[in-house]
Amino acid sequence: MSLIVFGKLLVANRGEIAVRIIRAAKELDLRTVAVFSDADKDSFAVRFADEAVRIGPAPASKSYLNIDAIIAAARQTGAGAIHPGYGFLAENPLFAEAVADAGLVFVGPTPETIRSMGDKAAAREAARAAGVPIMPGSQGKIADLAHALAIARHMGYPVMLKASAGGGGRGIRVAADEAGLAHHFHVARTEAAAAFGSGELYLERFLSRVRHIEVQVLGDGNRVVHCFERECSLQRRRQKVWEEAPSPAIDATTRQALCAAAVRLTERVRYRGAGTVEFLYDDNTREFFFMEMNTRIQVEHPVTEMVTGVDLVRATIMIAQGQPLALRQADVEMHGAAIEVRINAEDPEKDFRPSPGRVAALALPAGPGVRVDTMLYPGYVVPPYYDSLLAKIIVHAETRDLALARLRRALEEFEIDGVVTNVLLHKRLAQLSEVRAAQFDTGFLERLLAA
Amino acid sequence: MAQHQVLSPLPGIFYRRPAPEQPPYKQDGDRVAEGDVIGLIEVMKQFTEVHADASGKIVRFLVDNEAPVEPEQPLLLIETS
Repeated sequence: MSLIVFGKLLVANRGEIAVRIIRAAKELDLRTVAVFSDADKDSFAVRFADEAVRIGPAPASKSYLNIDAIIAAARQTGAGAIHPGYGFLAENPLFAEAVADAGLVFVGPTPETIRSMGDKAAAREAARAAGVPIMPGSQGKIADLAHALAIARHMGYPVMLKASAGGGGRGIRVAADEAGLAHHFHVARTEAAAAFGSGELYLERFLSRVRHIEVQVLGDGNRVVHCFERECSLQRRRQKVWEEAPSPAIDATTRQALCAAAVRLTERVRYRGAGTVEFLYDDNTREFFFMEMNTRIQVEHPVTEMVTGVDLVRATIMIAQGQPLALRQADVEMHGAAIEVRINAEDPEKDFRPSPGRVAALALPAGPGVRVDTMLYPGYVVPPYYDSLLAKIIVHAETRDLALARLRRALEEFEIDGVVTNVLLHKRLAQLSEVRAAQFDTGFLERLLAA
Repeated sequence: MAQHQVLSPLPGIFYRRPAPEQPPYKQDGDRVAEGDVIGLIEVMKQFTEVHADASGKIVRFLVDNEAPVEPEQPLLLIETS
């Protein structure tokens, strides 16, 4: 395998993940280029990168989703590689192709892999072929509402509408009956089109009372290693708000089977880069079902970094440089427990209404076992155009109980003025007996909030 | 003849259509009843329906599809008579 030399990396993203990628690139002695919309000209990533290039107006469709503008920015600055982060163009095979056609390195899988694995309907078929258990659902994409209604009638309600080009919980709607499906169909399509540039949807049976457990993998195009699992069952509107590693729900035998399934699926496609294989897990039957694969770094990657000591973002860049994985499976060990909470600009007292605005004052938690990934600084103006993630507070300790105590302490240290955040929700969760006992499923948080 | 402005309740991006391939909720010149949906505003990836707060005839939209809007910014003009 030959090494691919690039001295400058362009980060095609914004927010905390842009900062995270620039950090990793700087530690590899790479020069860094940030791109920004008009709404982000004062962002931390823009200040922190060696260079920054404007790529368009505020709406993501005209900036962070504008392939031509991003390629032009790379050409203009002489960047040799582009890191897509998560969201935006990260799982768009046309982008990966355009990057390659421009003679640049895409930090991630091949366009073919993104197409087959990143396309959620096709990925189900790939999982089936690899002998990984899958959820009952549509064989492929849904043509229109009539098609969706026909499939749902056959499969039974409730059903889940998901964006084929989606991921990260966006563009997903649950319908309890035909009226609900008809109502949600167009909104789900609009959200998918706005967020991912494609309105294509597929349908799955919706199981209640299941856990969301996902396996982190790293591949170099030849060999795949897993970095164990994360549990992300605490969600609101399909959006993860709290993630942890290891899963407190599974035993060593299940962990082994789950991780082996993820490796089987990804080795089969000679996976290159960081990826996550998501499963639903049923406590009662101890069964797991493949849900989707995300062919990119995940928001919640830090919990895995904390328990394994593997720098996943650095690994994505080194793999893109053509370096074979230095890790053998036996080298990857899990130590202690880590928890991440997502601090979002939304008001839990007012039905989680988004709360953009100027950050007047800010105090971030620190001390032993605490990590904060954020783009915030005092005076930063949180724009209304993008997602509401402001910061990720990650704690690590020897046991889950100690990690929970550390989280409660860290949340006490966190202070922000000027925007309303969901920090009170996390304080409540970290105290709750069900959370301390890890007695939850993907519907737990919604039921708690409705009570 | 009385004219009424419908104001944006939120900062974000204004959409005049329920989906990219669908027709706009309302056109200039259409009749509108209080409570009718006249557009969507996307704030931090959440879509909120915007409702008319008066009945009458739409004189014109003051904001383009997919344009950024500020809170209290006039979105359209209604002739209430």
